[in-house]
Amino acid sequence: MSNTLTRMDLSEAVFREVGLSRNESAQLVESVLQHMSDALVRGETVKISSFGTFSVREKASRMGRNPKTGEEVPISPRRVLSFRPSHLMKDRVAAGNAK
Amino acid sequence: MIRSELIAKIAEENPHLFQRDVEKIVNTIFEEITEALANGDRVELRGFGAFSVKKRDARTGRNPRTGEAVDVDEKHVPFFKTGKLLRDRLNGKEE
Repeated sequence: MSNTLTRMDLSEAVFREVGLSRNESAQLVESVLQHMSDALVRGETVKISSFGTFSVREKASRMGRNPKTGEEVPISPRRVLSFRPSHLMKDRVAAGNAK
Repeated sequence: MIRSELIAKIAEENPHLFQRDVEKIVNTIFEEITEALANGDRVELRGFGAFSVKKRDARTGRNPRTGEAVDVDEKHVPFFKTGKLLRDRLNGKEE
């Protein structure tokens, strides 16, 4: 059965590896996520070597349909985030999950 | 923004930490996520997004150059879904 890790597990890893307090480790994890989010909101690409690349894509407006009622509704233009894993991450995930 | 710029920002905000510790902190976070996915686990970071592993079934692909059919084995790939808060922020809806 697969587990779900959260911020807590990431801060626990930082605590274990670096030896800061649990509280400070948690704050640092938060601040890493915050800086990445802020850069993306500014429209920047966030490229983490050997992990992957987060980039913001602009989507044009289009007509959608309410699947329940079949009614046509306009979908406004929006910015979406896409994550492209690095080759190293893809290889590790493929190898780790192969039977 | 690249990894080294992220490290520089965190170092700047935490002058009491050694540069090498900041590097270790940032590297540990990404390593932990990759390791979790390699173990088939999910990583859920509320507000930011969730990393998970998706299974791609085996299929018959085609070499685009020669048109030749090739068997592609089943494989597992990393997947990221943006969190609600970040998705809203990207579209100008601040918290």
